[in-house]
Amino acid sequence: MPNAPLSTMFRLMTHTTVPDGGVIAPMVNGERRSVAAGSTLGDLLRSLELDPRTVVIEHNGVVLRDRDAYDALTLGTNDNVEIVHFVGGG
Amino acid sequence: MTAISEIAPPPRQAAANDAPLVIGEREFTSRLLIGTGKYKTNEVMVQAIEASGAEIVTVAVRRVDLDRAHEEGILHHLDPARFFLLSNTAGCYTAEDAIRYARLARAAGFNEWIKLEVIGDKETLLPDTDGLLAATRTLAAEGFKVMAYTNDDLITALRLEDAGAAAVMPLASPIGSGLGLLNPYSIRTIKHRLSVPVIVDAGVGTASDACITMEQGVDGILMNTAVAAANDPVAMAHAMRLAVSAGRQAYLAGRMPRREVAVPSSPTTGMLG
Repeated sequence: MPNAPLSTMFRLMTHTTVPDGGVIAPMVNGERRSVAAGSTLGDLLRSLELDPRTVVIEHNGVVLRDRDAYDALTLGTNDNVEIVHFVGGG
Repeated sequence: MTAISEIAPPPRQAAANDAPLVIGEREFTSRLLIGTGKYKTNEVMVQAIEASGAEIVTVAVRRVDLDRAHEEGILHHLDPARFFLLSNTAGCYTAEDAIRYARLARAAGFNEWIKLEVIGDKETLLPDTDGLLAATRTLAAEGFKVMAYTNDDLITALRLEDAGAAAVMPLASPIGSGLGLLNPYSIRTIKHRLSVPVIVDAGVGTASDACITMEQGVDGILMNTAVAAANDPVAMAHAMRLAVSAGRQAYLAGRMPRREVAVPSSPTTGMLG
C-alpha cells in the first residue's frame, strides 16, 4: 500500500487476524483505510472498536440489514463502506 | 449525568375528552414530538425530553467519526425502549439522498418510520416538493411510514397524502426561525382537507406559538430549536407540554365566535333606578 503511512501499516499488520501478507485500502466513511487482505466487515468493525449493534453499514451502495452477515463479507480494496449511527437532530 | 433509569417516567395519558394521536395505526398520547439536536449537553437533552412528555423523538443519521470511534451516538443517552425513534433525512437535497438515508435508518432495526425532508434551498430550508413527492412514493411503496415535512401549501399536502404519506407535516415558519405560525389559515385548511394526521413541523418559537398552532385543530407539533435554544431548555420543554395541551383543549372546547362589537357579560336589566 504505497499511500498508507508506515505507522498505520505496521499497526494493522501486527494486529491483523488474517495475516496473509497483503494490505488493502477500501474507502471507509470517505477515506481510504488500510486493512489486511482477507479482512471481513466484522474484522473492520472490531479494529475500529465499534459495536455492530450501534451502527448501520452501507456496503457499495447497499444498506446491510443483517448484522450477522458482517463476518461473512470479505472486503475488497475498491469497496466503499459507510458506517453511520444516530445523532441528535430535529 | 443522571441515568435515564433514575428519572421517573412522566405520566402519559391523553386528556379525558381527547382521543389518542394515531399515526400509521400506532397510538400515541402525547401530541408533542421533539427533536434531539442542538442541546448544549446530552444531559440537558434528556431532561428536556422528559419534561416535554414526548413519546416520539427525532434523530438524524450521520457518519460515525472513525478517528474518535469512542464518541457515543445518541442512543447511549436516549433509551430506545422508552421513546419512539423517528429518524429524519435532514440535510438531504435530492429524493435519492433522502431515500438512501431512510433505508439506513430502517436498517438500525427500530421501526420503518421516517421523517422525510427533501430540502430545496439552503437559505430558507424550504422543501423541494417535487423531490419530496417522489421520495414519498418510493418509500411508501417500500413499506415506510412516511411523515413528510412540507410547506403550508394545500395542494402539495393533498398530493403527499395521495402519494402514501402516513402524516403530513407542514411548517409553521422556516426551520429554526422561531417565527411562529405565519399562516393559520393555510394550516387550518390543510387540516380540514386531509385524512391523515397533520403535524406542524418547524417554526414554533415559544409556548404561545405552540398553543395557537394547536388551536387550529392540527394533530400535533414537532419542534426542536424552540426548546434546545431556550435559556432553560428543560423549563421550556415543560411550557411547551402545557401549551400543546392547552391549545388542544381549547380547540376541542370550541372557541367563542369573534365579534366586532362589545357584548356585555353582566345583566343589562335590574339596574338601579
